[in-house]
Amino acid sequence: MVMPVNFLCNEEKIEIIGGKLQKKIQRLFNGSLAIREVDTGSTNSCEHELTALSNPYYDVERFGISFVASPRHADMLMVTGPVTRNMREALIKTYEATPDPKIVVAVGNDAINGGIFRGSYAVLDGVDKIIPVDFQIPGDPPSPKTILCHLLKILVVIEEKDHGENK
Amino acid sequence: MTIIIWTIQLALVPILSPLFLGVLRKIKARFQNRVGANIFQPYRNLWKLFHKDEVMSEDASWIFRIAPYLIFTITIILGASIPLFSTWLSNNLLSDFLAVVYLVALSTFFLALAGIDVGSAFGGFGSSREMTLAALTEGGFIFSFLALSFLAHSTNLFFIASAVSVLPLFSFTPIVLVFISFVIIMLCETAHFPFDNPATHLELTMVHEAMILEYSGKRLALIEWAAANKFLIFLALGANMFFPWGLTAQTDAWSVVSALGIFVVKVLILTTFVAILESSIAKFRFFRLYDLLFTAFILSAMAILLIL
Amino acid sequence: MLNLISAQFSFFLALLLLAIGAVGSLTFAKKDWLANLWGNGLAILASVSGLVAAVKVLIFNEAFTYTINSTFSNLSLSLAVDKLSAFFVLIISLVAFLSSIYGIGYVKHFYNKYNLGVLGFFYNIFLVGMLFVVSAHNGFFFLIVWEIMSLASYFLVIFENKENNNIKAGSLYLVMTHVGTAFIMLAFLLLYRATGSLDFSVIKANIGNASLLIKNLVFIFALIGFGTKAGIIPFHIWLPSAHPAAPTHVSALMSGVMIKTGIYMFIRLFVEILSGTELWWGATILIIGIISSLLGVLYALTEHDIKRLLAYHSIENIGIILLGLGSAMIFLSLNLKTLAALSLVAALFHTLNHATFKALLFMGAGSVISQTHTRNIEEYGGLIKFMPQTALYFLIGSLAISALPPFNGFFSEWLTFQTIFSGIQIPDILTKSMFILAAGSLAFTGGLAAACFVKAFGVTFLARPRSVAVLQARESGFFMRFSMAALALATLILGIFAGSVSKIILGAVNNLTGFQRVSGIFFTQKQTFELSNGFAAISTPMIFVILSVVLLLIYGIVKILTSKRKVKIGRTWDCGTKLEPQMEITATSFARSIVIIFKGALKPSKQLEIEYRDADMRYFPKSRNVELGIVDVYRFYFYQPLRDLMIRLSGYAKNVQIGILNVYIAYIFLILLILLFVQS
Repeated sequence: MVMPVNFLCNEEKIEIIGGKLQKKIQRLFNGSLAIREVDTGSTNSCEHELTALSNPYYDVERFGISFVASPRHADMLMVTGPVTRNMREALIKTYEATPDPKIVVAVGNDAINGGIFRGSYAVLDGVDKIIPVDFQIPGDPPSPKTILCHLLKILVVIEEKDHGENK
Repeated sequence: MTIIIWTIQLALVPILSPLFLGVLRKIKARFQNRVGANIFQPYRNLWKLFHKDEVMSEDASWIFRIAPYLIFTITIILGASIPLFSTWLSNNLLSDFLAVVYLVALSTFFLALAGIDVGSAFGGFGSSREMTLAALTEGGFIFSFLALSFLAHSTNLFFIASAVSVLPLFSFTPIVLVFISFVIIMLCETAHFPFDNPATHLELTMVHEAMILEYSGKRLALIEWAAANKFLIFLALGANMFFPWGLTAQTDAWSVVSALGIFVVKVLILTTFVAILESSIAKFRFFRLYDLLFTAFILSAMAILLIL
Repeated sequence: MLNLISAQFSFFLALLLLAIGAVGSLTFAKKDWLANLWGNGLAILASVSGLVAAVKVLIFNEAFTYTINSTFSNLSLSLAVDKLSAFFVLIISLVAFLSSIYGIGYVKHFYNKYNLGVLGFFYNIFLVGMLFVVSAHNGFFFLIVWEIMSLASYFLVIFENKENNNIKAGSLYLVMTHVGTAFIMLAFLLLYRATGSLDFSVIKANIGNASLLIKNLVFIFALIGFGTKAGIIPFHIWLPSAHPAAPTHVSALMSGVMIKTGIYMFIRLFVEILSGTELWWGATILIIGIISSLLGVLYALTEHDIKRLLAYHSIENIGIILLGLGSAMIFLSLNLKTLAALSLVAALFHTLNHATFKALLFMGAGSVISQTHTRNIEEYGGLIKFMPQTALYFLIGSLAISALPPFNGFFSEWLTFQTIFSGIQIPDILTKSMFILAAGSLAFTGGLAAACFVKAFGVTFLARPRSVAVLQARESGFFMRFSMAALALATLILGIFAGSVSKIILGAVNNLTGFQRVSGIFFTQKQTFELSNGFAAISTPMIFVILSVVLLLIYGIVKILTSKRKVKIGRTWDCGTKLEPQMEITATSFARSIVIIFKGALKPSKQLEIEYRDADMRYFPKSRNVELGIVDVYRFYFYQPLRDLMIRLSGYAKNVQIGILNVYIAYIFLILLILLFVQS
């Protein structure tokens, strides 16, 4: 499900967003969220933003989030890029290599519906055509703060779904 | 009281090891001008991993399945056999330093086999590098403890600790040499700079991480915990063999608690030292590492010649 | 019942059964299965008899001698089985017992291809030769049986005579072993000159009269002679070709037992007869031990033929045994008899251990080779799924040879370390440095051996098949599995009961002259081994028990706590690419890092051939061929120049036979003149 790009958390400071994020991660993921980032042929703009999350300014590690090298170690897959034909099989293998419970997030407009490459012969127009996508973060590319905001919203939704199931 | 001391000795290493790993990462983060993760983050990582499912390769055999249990078992046994806070347990028959060295070699053997077992390119060359480094560290490892055992006239680690604590000042030169050699060996065996980067994502630069890329869920938790245990074991050896003041031989509650406190302080100081070292130097090119390991070996050999 | 059979009777019964086996195999050569069963079956019975004899001598103190005198005092058949010989008889019988069982299953793939009667004949004669070699008490008789053993093993090496490599390997082996025998003969002749007899006891009694020069010369000649058989560097070049060429159960015997007969004679000659009086003797053996162990394991790392790899590991382990033996001789020359006894115990224990785990490894390799029909490790892979039991036994053998607890290799290396540590405490700076070098070499050898066996076991059995040859492999037959399982169990038991075994070996050492009143070296209580100076103590059964208990506990706890987690089987994580067999690690690349690090000793070479599509433009290669190898230093720098020198000298000598009759008459006249001159 897609969140509107302009909603209130853009006004807040990173620390406040981060504090809320940390509390959610503590409750839902036992305090640690491992993310594996998959590039299916993107322009690398989203990768730059995701990499920026680990720099001293945003420092996402302090909230309990870490980026890992192998999908076997990951809880969440962040997929970027419009899924070129050559990366289709690699994406499926990555999805199968991740242990349950896992969450798939499509980051960037390219990953959501093909973005600026939509309709080209070389791409498959979005990640949800290949693997089941749970959440989407729009933007071309979304800034690190936007990614954090959306992550927070994703966790809120998951929490509400959990509460709903438990009732 | 005996039972309490034995329980503490058995449980101390597995319980405390993620904490010191967290402290190391925190100090490194501070050096990088970041806030960094909480010092209790490794506990949370382990907890989460135990609650996840596993995906296992179809090429893996029983060695892949058993290796994490075996490696973790060996770290627990080693943790219980080295002097941590008390010298009261000195008739422990597993405290011979050769037994310690070869048990570490046994765990490396199985880790390397597990890396080859999945048949991926990463695991294979990770195992190759790990075994190359392990083969070369054995010389320095054995010799550094050998030098100390000549000082103490015994190969039992507890006796060595007691002997070093009563040494006169002038015999410290060889101990300094041995300590430098031991630090090099410790950095190699626990996969820290300059031998290995524990936080890298580039498979070409991995040594230890490359072998565990295939593990997930509870087995990954066991292996990560075992790596943290190994780090604490080496730190404890460094702290208690070379700076053995604070080990208590009595069994009353106050001395045990104060010995535990001194142990934590010593290990924290060593952890800070490793963190500063990691933040100031880069990882070496692989074929520069054997020079370092041979240097460690030669430093210990020189120390032996000085002692005897 | 055991009291009724004396050691002497069982020993001769063993010899008799082997003789019957040899002759019987030849007569039944027409029927393959009968020759197989007869030859191997009688060897099995004979080994049991030999085991009984050895046990009786070692534990029940029934040492015996047996002599048949003839009119020529030096041509007597003289046997003396004391505890040291009995220990070696034990090793021979144990490995022969299990090799013969293995052979029953293994030689099945020679049916209709080769003459199994000949195999049985030479196999039994080989065992007879070895049993006589470790019990002979007369120099002349010794040389006869030594030659029988060497010739029998030569015929066994070239048994599969349809392969050209085997014939070449056999010729090299024949030449090298006869060079060794020549030096042994020289040594015995010198001893005869000095003491007037070839009988070992007489030599031992009178050796004090011999001059130092004679003793030194005897040492050098015997070192070269027996060292060639033992496989010390640089006389080892026959080992890596001959051991792979022989059938597997014979390789196990050759590698596990035959090279130990060289060690037996080292102990007999240097420690007992010559009483090891010179320091430089022990020092030479120690240095040879250092070089052999390090170079042996380094060459093993470069090999990708699995049997050659195991052959080089035999050289490495002989080096480790020589480290113990060299220390013993150094301590003996310094009159430190307790330490010398400890070193001998370490060396002998490692001899026993190596025999067990090397035979186990060769049997495992033989099973794999007979199923996949190739010796190249690079073509194996994933065999653990096709041959699970063989893989388990090979793993136990690898753990034992890498000196990992709780198996037997760990204890004998621990003991060798302890003797070297005692040596480091000797005040003389030169000896101290030598012992420090020895300790360093043993430490590195242990690590490098572990690396080599991760490579050997990992590339062979783990991961995915690298060639289609693997896909047709099936689990080995019952006999092969039984002997491998028995040897694997033996390594574990020898490791756990190391204390008792060292006491028995100490008894054997005490039996040697000069060591009779040596005691108080170590204590063993309930299998805890402790040196009497309090320097070190170890308890191998405790390591085993604690490891197993804690492993089961942790497995149980984790299983219970995480019972709700599921395990899914998927594909290996390969970064999304298609994993081909070529992407797995190869044996060559696994060891290449170590080879490059030690390039001073190993001299690696790399040959690159590129074929271009357009020879002028040289842009697009059509094919690339890379050959990674090492330069064979010994052949190039030592044996080749020696050979050229010999050929040149023979060329000059040829000029004596001119072919003109007048010159020959002149020769006769010249010799007559000289004789007349000398006589007056």
